[in-house]
Amino acid sequence: MEHKKEQKTSATSFSDEIRSQLGGETITLCYQCGTCASSCPVAKTTERYNPRDIIRLSLLGEKQEVLSGGAIWLCSSCYNCQERCPQKVEIADVIYALRNIAIKEGHIPNIYSEFATGLMNEGRIVPTSKFVEKKRPEYGLPPLRPAGLDAMKKILAATGFDKIQWKKEGTP
Amino acid sequence: MTSYALFLGCTIPARQPHYEASARKALTRLGIGLVDLDNMTCCAPPPLQSIDMETSLAIAAHNICLAEEADLDIVTLCTGCFESLAMANNLLKENSKLKARVNKILSNAGEEFKGTKEVKHYLKVLMDDVGLERLKKSVVKDLSSLKVASFSGCHLLRPSALLKFDDPERPHIFDDLIEALGAKSIWYRNKLKCCGGLLRGYADDVALAIARDKIVNTTKAGADCIVTLCPFCFLTLDLGQMLIKSAYKEEYNIPVIHYAELLSLALGIDPKELALDFHKIRLDKVLSKIT
Ligand code: SF4
Ligand code: SF4
Repeated sequence: MEHKKEQKTSATSFSDEIRSQLGGETITLCYQCGTCASSCPVAKTTERYNPRDIIRLSLLGEKQEVLSGGAIWLCSSCYNCQERCPQKVEIADVIYALRNIAIKEGHIPNIYSEFATGLMNEGRIVPTSKFVEKKRPEYGLPPLRPAGLDAMKKILAATGFDKIQWKKEGTP
Repeated sequence: MTSYALFLGCTIPARQPHYEASARKALTRLGIGLVDLDNMTCCAPPPLQSIDMETSLAIAAHNICLAEEADLDIVTLCTGCFESLAMANNLLKENSKLKARVNKILSNAGEEFKGTKEVKHYLKVLMDDVGLERLKKSVVKDLSSLKVASFSGCHLLRPSALLKFDDPERPHIFDDLIEALGAKSIWYRNKLKCCGGLLRGYADDVALAIARDKIVNTTKAGADCIVTLCPFCFLTLDLGQMLIKSAYKEEYNIPVIHYAELLSLALGIDPKELALDFHKIRLDKVLSKIT
């Protein structure tokens, strides 16, 4: 009995945490029909990913498995599932919410650290190319306007983004 | 003449001058004014939404604020930029609590999101400000022997509740715009399915398998080329064919061309002005069918 109660508590607290994140609000509407998994291009391609399982594990409170298992990073954000879910679970947005939580807990895939660094340094996640920039006049293109780094830095400081971005996968 | 704030995003100026050149030239020729604003930044696309949604909404809103200040609607070329900015714009317009939360962040940068402007993909601008009839009349080349496989990319259509661009399951606007140029837009298997582009860099094997599916299906349907709207889809399918060649030992060589390039060619703009060298798969097959 004691054990069951404990499990229920961790399940409720994880789904509450997800619901309080932007995008995570609808997770508890899921009734596990599997429409999402059968609409998912990634689930069709690899057994490493299944959106229904991620939702199920999250609702069961399997926080560590969900956040550090790697699967949440395999969603391609195509929103196909979200268009079709009969319960109006905003699945792609729930995945974003799970990623946001995972990142706060230090699970950042390297490629995402690189995106964050690009944003911090240049205001763009894909850095400009000096080679292409020099050639712009040749193609009749006007000079590239400067990115608004000033405003960007203030925004990143206000949300605390500038403090999370240096963590790398596996390191605290 | 209607004018828009042109939102270029990161990938197009860094890697795809052929997209930028064709879009600027074609839209200008059709009487659309494009204004380059200072201080635009990254649009805050899925990779940033994955890191922190609140920051992403604030960054998207920052870009929209610049357009509000200039009293212009935004036009995007990249489908990803369209999704990020339109999603944020519509979400913040609909949700006053969220708007207040984002404005609190923006106040640190001396900005306020008001919600007075639209974010449009350039296809919508073509529909609204040019229209299919005038577009048809502007075409000076014959594209009638060209069979194209259109691929809009996910984020032109979905999430439809916020983007409101077209029917997410049976879209027609993109195909109508292709046919207005005289080309034939053909059906192929899994046409609306994702290209896997966003998984590049995290799970390259999965990304490539999904991209290959798109290449196989369009080739099987007999398309002369794939027409794209998004720089990521373009990269995934154009450069992707090089990667498929080395990973799967398969060679397809199906040209991938942005709609803006096809439009420019149809309008009679000289191919030499379009920086077409940036394509990995050569366009000869396509160019020879545009007469
Ligand atoms: S489609 Fe919706 S209700 Fe069905 S399993 Fe997926 S998230 Fe749950
Ligand atoms: S949004 Fe993610 S989970 Fe949903 S169908 Fe696309 S890849 Fe699958």
